[in-house]
Amino acid sequence: MHRTGELSGQFQTLEQQKESATLGMWTFLITEILFFGGLFLAYTINRHTYADIFAFSSRTIKLSWGAINTVVLIGSSLTMAMSVWSAQVGKKKLVTFFLIATLVLGSVFLGIKAVEYHDKYVEHHIPGASFDMYYCTNNPGACNLGAEDLAKERAELKDLTEKMGGEVAVNSHAQLFFSLYFGMTGLHALHMIIGAGLLLWLIIVSTKGRFTPQWNTPVENVGLYWHFVDIVWIYLFPLLYLIDRH
Amino acid sequence: MAEHTEHTEHIVSPAVYLLIFAALMVLTFTTVYASTVDLNHIYPALNVIVALVIATCKAILVILFFMHAYYSSKRTQLIIICGFFWLAIMLSLTLGDYGSRSWDVH
Amino acid sequence: MPKEHYLNATYGLRSWLLTTDHKRIALLYLASVTFFFFIGGIFATMIRIHLLTPTGYLVTPETYNKLFTMHGVAMIFFFLIPSIPAVLGNFLVPMMIGAKDLAFPKINLLSWYIYLVGGSFVLYSFATGGLDTGWTFYTPLSSVYSNSAVTPAVIGIFINGFSSILTGLNFVVTIHTMRAPGMTWFRLPLFVWAQYATSIIFILGTPVIAITLLLAGLERMFHLGFFNPALGGDPILFQHLFWFYSHPAVYIMILPAMGVISEIIPTFARKPIFGYTFIAASSIAIAVIGFFVWAHHMFLTGESTYAALAFSLLSYLVAIPSAVKVFNWTSTLYKGSISYDTPMLYALGFIGLFLIGGLTGLFLACLGLDIHIHDTYFVVAHFHYIMVGGAVMGYVGGLHFWWPKITGKLYPEFLARLAAVTLFVGFNLTFFPQFILGYLGMPRRYHDYPPEFQVLNVMSTAGASILALGYLLPMLYLTWSMRYGKVAGPNPWPATGLEWRTPSPPPTENFDETPVVDWEPYDYKNRPDLGLATPAGPTLAPAHGDD
Repeated sequence: MHRTGELSGQFQTLEQQKESATLGMWTFLITEILFFGGLFLAYTINRHTYADIFAFSSRTIKLSWGAINTVVLIGSSLTMAMSVWSAQVGKKKLVTFFLIATLVLGSVFLGIKAVEYHDKYVEHHIPGASFDMYYCTNNPGACNLGAEDLAKERAELKDLTEKMGGEVAVNSHAQLFFSLYFGMTGLHALHMIIGAGLLLWLIIVSTKGRFTPQWNTPVENVGLYWHFVDIVWIYLFPLLYLIDRH
Repeated sequence: MAEHTEHTEHIVSPAVYLLIFAALMVLTFTTVYASTVDLNHIYPALNVIVALVIATCKAILVILFFMHAYYSSKRTQLIIICGFFWLAIMLSLTLGDYGSRSWDVH
Repeated sequence: MPKEHYLNATYGLRSWLLTTDHKRIALLYLASVTFFFFIGGIFATMIRIHLLTPTGYLVTPETYNKLFTMHGVAMIFFFLIPSIPAVLGNFLVPMMIGAKDLAFPKINLLSWYIYLVGGSFVLYSFATGGLDTGWTFYTPLSSVYSNSAVTPAVIGIFINGFSSILTGLNFVVTIHTMRAPGMTWFRLPLFVWAQYATSIIFILGTPVIAITLLLAGLERMFHLGFFNPALGGDPILFQHLFWFYSHPAVYIMILPAMGVISEIIPTFARKPIFGYTFIAASSIAIAVIGFFVWAHHMFLTGESTYAALAFSLLSYLVAIPSAVKVFNWTSTLYKGSISYDTPMLYALGFIGLFLIGGLTGLFLACLGLDIHIHDTYFVVAHFHYIMVGGAVMGYVGGLHFWWPKITGKLYPEFLARLAAVTLFVGFNLTFFPQFILGYLGMPRRYHDYPPEFQVLNVMSTAGASILALGYLLPMLYLTWSMRYGKVAGPNPWPATGLEWRTPSPPPTENFDETPVVDWEPYDYKNRPDLGLATPAGPTLAPAHGDD
């Protein structure tokens, strides 16, 4: 990695170097659109085919966690944009401050995700040998289901079982939803972890005062990456959490 | 040089960022609320259409202002559009297959 | 030969394994893709020997499945897709645009290492049980039922995808931002246009095969149900996702070869290329329209008739830009001063064989006909005409054309021409009978066949042995020429293009000063400095026989 503001050998000017770096990051983000896109396609086809199961399964994920995470992540995009601004106007201390804020918010997001995944583990909603959509209604104590919610879920499950023709069918199609849930949110979380690593690197470099109005390309480009990860979540949230909450 | 793109760097002010953030919060609240209302009676699949439209508005705001696409070169804007266009090709042609299967004579 | 150049500028293994010089990286790729070509070739040899007799005596049916699968995987993912972009593209693109290197030289090196890691996973898969799913990895065979080493192979191809993506990214950024002053888009050599179009496909298509194989691999490892009907999944979804990349992938394989042909033909016809703008535009058109046709691989899977109709029509449309190229190359030859140097032999062979391959593709795109010839040897012949008769001939022709620039040496011309003819004859003898076999109904991917097909199969195997000779000869004399070949000089052919204005081999930084371009490409009419005073320039110095 070249040091701040120095011209790498293959470029003619700093302007060309900056232009290349930014164009490179945008091009990379396009590949990410297509990468996540495959998952979105799989999701779309399956949701269309198994609408009821998907709606039911979606309701077993806690909406509040998802909503909070959405606010947290969009907030982190704000702090990321602010850190770019700080670099552009030469407020070096603020650059570090906002980068740390972004990292903190990102970590909150990942923490909440961990809580959610733990909940899914407890409820036997993780695809695999122990997957069982009937676990919670059969063991309400284990899943912290209130009496009202329990009754509702039992009724809906009974309906679904009849419609789909048996518990095995319900389980295999619900497992499809959760495979996609973990696949999509997992891939997203992996990207956030990578983003957190990039932020850490930026924080360290920013404490040395290297980002200036003349040169702040890494902050800008990591920002582009971070905003992209935010956009993926902006789509994941309604598709996974908000299928049918009425 | 090769091509002259965004020379003078337009510095977006914090006021704009805060405004966009506020808009995103409003849209988030709206989408959550909309999911609690049964819109599918008005028009089939209206709930998911509304959800996707709102999500797209949010995405557009993030792309235009947080990612500075509004202030970027035409080339950058074209690249962004191409990315989503290609995703649209993949989704629409595949869904076209699944969607038109019922039209076939059995 | 210049005293100091990129090959001897620094010494030692580390200076090669840690190089960021695009020219050295190109040679690193040359070595590795040649290795995988051998691997794929070994499997092809075993297939052809096995098919000498109707019931096959060489291997068991299960092993036969592994042979054609591993042949496909090695050749497609580790030879054809990287070949021209990573070898010729890496070497030439910076030079052709007047730059010192690519935009991201370290990422270029990283691409090569990623390729090696991916290749290692796949070799591990080959060595520990092989693969029997077909290179297409159709589910649920690949994700559930196959007992072969699918998981490491899928991991290897996934990893290798990032090598492609980074190369494409590097090329796109470089071509946009690092052209020399005066090198406008429409002064670019057509090889650069071809690389740009190919890079678009790398960027937009490869991520989709990545996610698809990831899902199939996860399904296999964790018994998920995306593509497994027993668990509510959909095998056709896999095919849609798979072919969304794998069809454009075939354009990744052919577009760079077309770029090579567009460089060779004007040089050896001593004429500017006919219809430059149309050839450039057709490269982009192929890259774009190529993304709209994937489900023509799925006509017989139960996709809707309407979808099949749409994809069939679009497949006919995508042939148009290819036809434009063939017309333009042929028109370039008209009234040209043609010399039959080795690269030109490969280019002329390309035009004929690509024509056959492309037209038979249209046969396959016809719904009614495809019902009969889908999954037969007709398909096998079609794609080998394009991939071997087209892409490989473009690659080998390109290697010959730029060999003097890469090594500073000339290869022995007579032997090279002999090898080109041998390759051409061997190729046609191998694959033309397969059109007939397919039309007569011999299915592909079968270890045995009805006895009445034996004669054609024997012809095909005989052809394969001649084809092998055609590959072996260049490997031998090109290697020989590195040491014993005649010194080439900067521009032996001579050809236009910035790369020919540097010494052979070029210095590490390509140009002492950034060139300023104020001439049109393929300016064969007005280049006395190249010894070309008139279109049918009589003052051309022969390439071979001079220092």
